[in-house]
Amino acid sequence: MYQYTDFDRQFVKLRAAQHRDQLERWQKGQLADDEFRPLRLQNGWYVQRYAPMLRVAVPYGEISSKQLSVLAQIAKEYDQPDAELFAKAQAQQDVLPGKSPRLIKGYGHFTTRQNVQFNWIPLDKSADVMDLLASVDMHGIQTSGNCIRNITTDELAGVAVDEVVDPRPYAEILRQWSTLHPEFAFLPRKFKIAITGATEDRAAIGWHDVGLQLVKSEAGDVGFKVWVGGGMGRTPIIGSLVREFLPWHHIMNYLEAVVRVYNRWGRRDNLYKARIKILVKAEGQHYIDEVEAEFNDIVNKDGGPHTITQAEFDRVAACFVEPKVTSNLTASVNSNLQEPAFQRWLNQNVVPHKNPALRAVTLSFKRLGLAPGDATAEQLEASAQLVEKYSRGEARVTHSQNLLLPWVQETQLFDLWLEAKTLGLASPNIGLLNDMIACPGGDYCALANARAIPVAAAISERYQDLDELEDLGPIDLHISGCINSCGHHHSGHIGILGVDKDGKEWYQVTLGGSDGSTLSGTAGAGKVVGPSFSAAEVTEVIEAVIHKYLELRAPSSSNGRAEYFIETLNRVGQDAFKVAANSARHPAKEFA
Amino acid sequence: MKILSFNDHTASIDASAILIANNEDPREVSLEGVSRIDLHFPKFTDGRAYSQAFLLRRRLGFKGEIRATGDVLIDQLVAMARTGFDVAVLREGLDATAAQRQFDRFPSFYQGSA
Repeated sequence: MYQYTDFDRQFVKLRAAQHRDQLERWQKGQLADDEFRPLRLQNGWYVQRYAPMLRVAVPYGEISSKQLSVLAQIAKEYDQPDAELFAKAQAQQDVLPGKSPRLIKGYGHFTTRQNVQFNWIPLDKSADVMDLLASVDMHGIQTSGNCIRNITTDELAGVAVDEVVDPRPYAEILRQWSTLHPEFAFLPRKFKIAITGATEDRAAIGWHDVGLQLVKSEAGDVGFKVWVGGGMGRTPIIGSLVREFLPWHHIMNYLEAVVRVYNRWGRRDNLYKARIKILVKAEGQHYIDEVEAEFNDIVNKDGGPHTITQAEFDRVAACFVEPKVTSNLTASVNSNLQEPAFQRWLNQNVVPHKNPALRAVTLSFKRLGLAPGDATAEQLEASAQLVEKYSRGEARVTHSQNLLLPWVQETQLFDLWLEAKTLGLASPNIGLLNDMIACPGGDYCALANARAIPVAAAISERYQDLDELEDLGPIDLHISGCINSCGHHHSGHIGILGVDKDGKEWYQVTLGGSDGSTLSGTAGAGKVVGPSFSAAEVTEVIEAVIHKYLELRAPSSSNGRAEYFIETLNRVGQDAFKVAANSARHPAKEFA
Repeated sequence: MKILSFNDHTASIDASAILIANNEDPREVSLEGVSRIDLHFPKFTDGRAYSQAFLLRRRLGFKGEIRATGDVLIDQLVAMARTGFDVAVLREGLDATAAQRQFDRFPSFYQGSA
């Protein structure tokens, strides 16, 4: 992991002090609500449906056991609304149609952008929480607002067997460049960068404002393939390739050009047309020409102020060498490697590592009784201990809302499995149907049109049989509570989008979306199967689609396995699936 | 950075002090004989003038005064100074008491300034 210097550490502490100053001025009426809001957002503080929400930055998803412990402490001590507020919120939940799982408190939530959220911290305690975070080099800088957001990357960065270049030093250098960049604090809209250095795209780079893929030229030089203008929301667009090979040391000079041209010419008159994707789409080659001209000026006229020197790169990269073994555990004597449940977990939740003695293990936060990605204070603390004991003190928050342990000794897998199982974090479901992505939705979010958690819960309840899930194979199910697409419904093989019609919750179902992985194919948005469905219909629609897949899939062929869902869908086309989905429609039940 | 109250600010009165609208490209404006340029923040959340100031100061090497006008608030002053503004006119009625400690807080930043 990157090791904070005194400068980095002091910077985060001063940022916490700055937040306290702003909070106090707001409390005294010296800062109006409208003036304070954009400031607190850039420290991760939202105000949601019932309470404030804090989004803590986990830069490119890397988190230490010590940091996880502090997140557990925050969940336990601060994610605690007063009793009256909590009771009132539950009373409001109780009169909603259908049913939502009961609200919970004292927990954190892993997000698709590798961050961690809390839902109940009172705003007047926010400055104390920022101080506590700063004590372990954490913060909420630019986790919201119209600025450059936390940079995301491959959850297997630095350990992946298919990695060409480790993206983490670059991600860290970009984190520093984007942090409190004075020119880019008030862009037309939010700006998200994702970076990968592997051949398999696990970071959905096509879906980002800027997508970066590290590549090596034939001569062995490192550079970036650069895409600009991807994004979800109301107008899903895949980024345009603007550079085939940008020498690595110029990445910040180039991004400076990309963002400056956007800052100057991006639309500010319409919130829904303000993302860079709209500018790139409207201007096409003209936008690219402007960026190239600006890049040229930055290098030749400004003297390339953000050129990365070899010495600076080496300083940062030195933090990302394989960590030393911190414990000296050997396999316990009672390891029963033939245990079928263990074997199932190995197959599903454990992947190879570039060091043949190690494995990368995903703890599953997709299980009954808790929303996707939710982790109670106890689970956060227990996870911290597993990370310390089995993964050299380091973990990764994954895009699919789980926690990955990147440095696990192969000989310790059985012991880790036993402990994870006791904690309820060993569901062998990574990549399967019930490893679904879901945003917090209408249960918590002020923007949502519909709830996502009850839909996720209903589908999870239906699909609990491990043999059935395994037989269905990998399926990306993504659920968003509104068109902002935080649940990435556009990129799901099956996407579910909550919409509001006449004050009621309805759900649009899409099929065939792709995040850009090899299995899913070129990144692209799924297609809507028809008019939206009622909440009561959704699970049956999913079942009907799955049945159709089982009916149509090609049996195991030369590769020794049956055709996967997305492969069948891409081979036979959408029509048969649409008919199946729509046949599950029944007259909407009226709820009391 | 020099901080002016709204009442201490006089809009440009001759050709040496010009105003560049925030949808203009400062590189297309003649700076001949110009000693002061006013840039405008229609809302404090509209960040176009930061890029204009950067281009004027760093790219074009403009040595005169770059003045921030419009919805200029305390918490954006440091970013303004860092992008090349040297004078800021606070929004009408704003109290400057909290301004100085914003400048004193961070001894340095990750990026260089314009």
